[in-house]
Order: sequence, then C-alpha cells, then structure tokens
Amino acid sequence: MYSEKVIEHFKKPHNVGKIEDADGVGTVGNRACGDVMKLYIKVKDNKIVDIKFETMGCAAAIATSSIITDLAKGKTIEEAMKITKDNVVEELEGLPPVKVHCSLLAIDALHAAIKDFKDKKK
Amino acid sequence: MRVYLDNAATTKTAPEVAEAMQPFFVEKYGNASSMHSFGEEAKEALENARQLIANYVNAEPEQIIFTSGGTEGDNLAIKGTAYALKNKGKHIITSKFEHPAVLECCQSLEKRGFDVTYLNVSRDGFVNPEDVRKAIRDDTILVTVMHANNEIGTIQDVESIGKICSEKDIVFHTDAVQSLGKVLLDVKEVNVDIVSFSAHKIHGPKSIGALFVRDKKQLQPLFHGGAQEFSLCPGTENVSGAVGFAKAVDMLSETDVKRMTELRDYLIEKLLEIPEACLNGSRENRLCNNVNVSFSHIEGESILLGLDDQGVAVSTGSACTSKKLEPSHVLLALGVKPEEAHGSIRLSLSKYTAKEEIDYVIKAVKEVVESLRKISPLGK
Ligand SMILES: Cc1ncc(COP(=O)(O)O)c(C=O)c1O
Ligand SMILES: [Zn+2]
Repeated sequence: MYSEKVIEHFKKPHNVGKIEDADGVGTVGNRACGDVMKLYIKVKDNKIVDIKFETMGCAAAIATSSIITDLAKGKTIEEAMKITKDNVVEELEGLPPVKVHCSLLAIDALHAAIKDFKDKKK
Repeated sequence: MRVYLDNAATTKTAPEVAEAMQPFFVEKYGNASSMHSFGEEAKEALENARQLIANYVNAEPEQIIFTSGGTEGDNLAIKGTAYALKNKGKHIITSKFEHPAVLECCQSLEKRGFDVTYLNVSRDGFVNPEDVRKAIRDDTILVTVMHANNEIGTIQDVESIGKICSEKDIVFHTDAVQSLGKVLLDVKEVNVDIVSFSAHKIHGPKSIGALFVRDKKQLQPLFHGGAQEFSLCPGTENVSGAVGFAKAVDMLSETDVKRMTELRDYLIEKLLEIPEACLNGSRENRLCNNVNVSFSHIEGESILLGLDDQGVAVSTGSACTSKKLEPSHVLLALGVKPEEAHGSIRLSLSKYTAKEEIDYVIKAVKEVVESLRKISPLGK
C-alpha cells in the first residue's frame, strides 16, 4: 500500500521530539482521521534553523510529519510557506489517495507553527 | 519470527484439509449433478460432506445448503427471508455491531421499502434479548443477531433471543461465522431458523460456507439457474470446497478451544500490564481466540505496521485504515470513544498458535506501543 519511502520515514522518522524554547508551535488535528500533529520551529534571522514534531497518527501521518521537517529545515519563512501538499506527496514517492489528507495535515501544522511565530513577534 | 494473529480474518488451510481436497481437482472432477460415475463420485463426496456438517450442528442434511461463504449465506438468509415473507410484514430487527455482510443487506432492504431496527449494544458488547422483545412489532418478519462478534469476540445470548422469536413466530437468523467450532450451537436445542457458516475461519478453504435452514419454504433464492442446493444456491457445486469444509469441521476439537482460551487469557493479562491499555468487549463470554485492546494516545495502523515490521500480523479498528475514515462501527456501537477506537488492535489466535509466539508478540507490542508513544504529542 505504501511506498518504500513512506515506510522508511515511518520506521525512522526524522526530527522527532519537542523544542522547549520554540519560537512557534502549531498543533492541528484531523477529526475525520483522528491524527494529531504538533510542530515546533526555532527561527533565526527569518530562517527555520530547527524544527521538530510529535505526531499521533497513521504511518502516512508520521511519514508526512517527518518529511515536512526535512523540507522546511533551513528554509526562510517565505520559502517554507510555499511548500505544498504536492511537494510532500512527491517527496514521499506517492501516497494512497485515501491518505492524501494526512499530507494536508502536515502543511497545516507548518502553517500553524509559522502563524504562531508571527503572532508572538507582534 | 513470523507470527500470524489475524485468524479472525482468515486462517491457514489445515494441511489435512488441503490433502482431502486434492483428489477433487485432477481425479474426481465430475459434476455432482451428472448421472455417470464421475458425477456419482462427486455427488457422494458432496453428500458426505453435507451429512458431516449437519451432524456437527445436529441438523438434518437437507437443512444444510452450501454457499460461497459467510457473505453469501448472510445475503441469502436476510434478503431471501425478506423477499419470501414480504407479504407478512416488512420489519427487520438487527443490531448495530453486525458484520457488514448483515448490515449492508439490511441497508439495501431499507431502500426497497423494508423497515429496519438497529438495536444498541451494551458497553461490554452484548445485545440484550429484552431489547429484541421490545422492538418486535406486528409486522416483524426477521431478527438477525450474530452469534459471536468478529471484532471483539463477544458471544450473544442466541438461546434467549431464539426463544423470544419462536414465541412470536418470527424467523431468527444468526451469523455464526466466527463462533463455529468455538461455541457449540445445537440447532435442536436453540430456536434458531437460519445460521450462516464459513469454512475459511476454521482452517477450511476460502469461498465455501453453509447455511442451516430449518424451513426452506421461508426462503427465496437470490440467484436462479439450476436445481443445485435445493434451488436456493444454484450453480455447479464446489465439491472440493465442500469436502475441505467438512474435513475442517471434522477436525474441530474441544482441546484446541481449551488451549486457545488459556493462551488468550495469558495474552490479555500481559497486554493489560501496558499502561493505559484496555480490553474492548467483555472478558467473559468471549471467543476463545479473540483479544481486542486499545492503547491510548497512539493510532492503530501505526501499531499494525510497527508489528508487521517485527513479523507479527494483527488487525485494527482505526479510522485510518478504513475507506470511510471512520473508526470501527463495532467499537463505536459499544460506546468506545473514537480516539480509543483509533488505537485499537485485534489479535486473533488459532489452534496453531504457540506459547513462544505469544511471548514474542507481547514483547513486540510493548516495544511498538512505547516507541509510538514517544513520538505522540498526547498523554504527556
Ligand atoms: C461475522 C462474519 N460474518 C461474515 C463474514 C464473511 O464471511 P466470508 O468471508 O466467508 O464471506 C465474516 C468474515 O469476514 C465474519 O467474520
Ligand atoms: Zn491518517
């Protein structure tokens, strides 16, 4: 059902954990699926210098969390905002159609963390 | 190590069963309806199989109809009864936690003008027979309540439900696909009119099953075409399947049930040592091979795949693995919270399951649950 890349990220997810002094935190949940994702970012000079996640969810949710941290790390806030669901799916070498909503969750979590960062700066 | 604990989904075909079926492919391949010797030997095998299965449930051979499995049996029982008795009434009673083969039959009948009552089930997984009584109306023609639930293994009081139905002269069907060989169902003792069975849950072949039908006049066929199976399930008979099914029934043993019960209890006890784990469905009156546990703060598909990585096969009631993205209707019917249903796995044993395998599984589950909880944002 899943690509090897998804299974790889599911088994050994990257950037797992918490950032205690995070500059932005985004928590999103998808009621339909039951997955919950929490993303922490550390920002320096407008750049995401560190990013970590905690996820409760299916293999797709865990793999997309892992991949979004890889994609966003080192990017500027503007660049990170441009990451799309298609980038996530492509990077994972495809997702089963019923699981695409899990990739949306990862995007939402990143956006929520960035919004939190911006709100805190104000 | 590879451990198969998904025997409620299907089982390994017993080598003895495969062996018994073997001659009916390249040697005794005749059509059981043919008059020549090839047909005769096929017919004889078919009727012997029928007799053996009838004996096992204490029925008469002409009350046993071979089907293509549990799904076809449920369809024939429910729709066949509804169509045959539609002039008597259009009300059907079932429960909220039936197998989809039953639920979706009922839903399709609703679209054709029948009225269906879906009974609630208790928190520990039982239909209250008194609720059946209360739901009965003048136009009720059929009650269908499963013998044992496929997800949580709870065994229903079909004796009491049967009594109520027979008092009111209502056809009572029960899906005994999961209970066959695990809980005795004597059709002369219990007032049940139609019972569905399937071979592949008891180490028999796939795509063969049987329907016990007390009175065939109260049933209309769903397919037409020939006189096979009393014209209720026409089509060239699956002789090898019937032979394999009968062999599987013949091999059922109480010793196996006892062994499975002991292993099940051991597995439940050890899994419940994991913090924030709970058993779904009653511990009493439960199938000897069923364990269904929810682990808080994690999700079932991840547990399943984590276990699969360690060679352990289980199933889950999580929404993430269902096409509808809803958690198991069985667990929801019990009143299990959706988030707990998401974190549920079912482990189902067979007579081949060994103690060493169970020990391996316990260790694997503990590891997988712990590692998934580490990355979960919840429960901290
Ligand atoms: C309770 C119950 N009813 C019906 C079925 C369907 O049986 P079959 O797979 O033989 O069609 C199953 C098995 O999935 C079952 O567990
Ligand atoms: Zn999911």
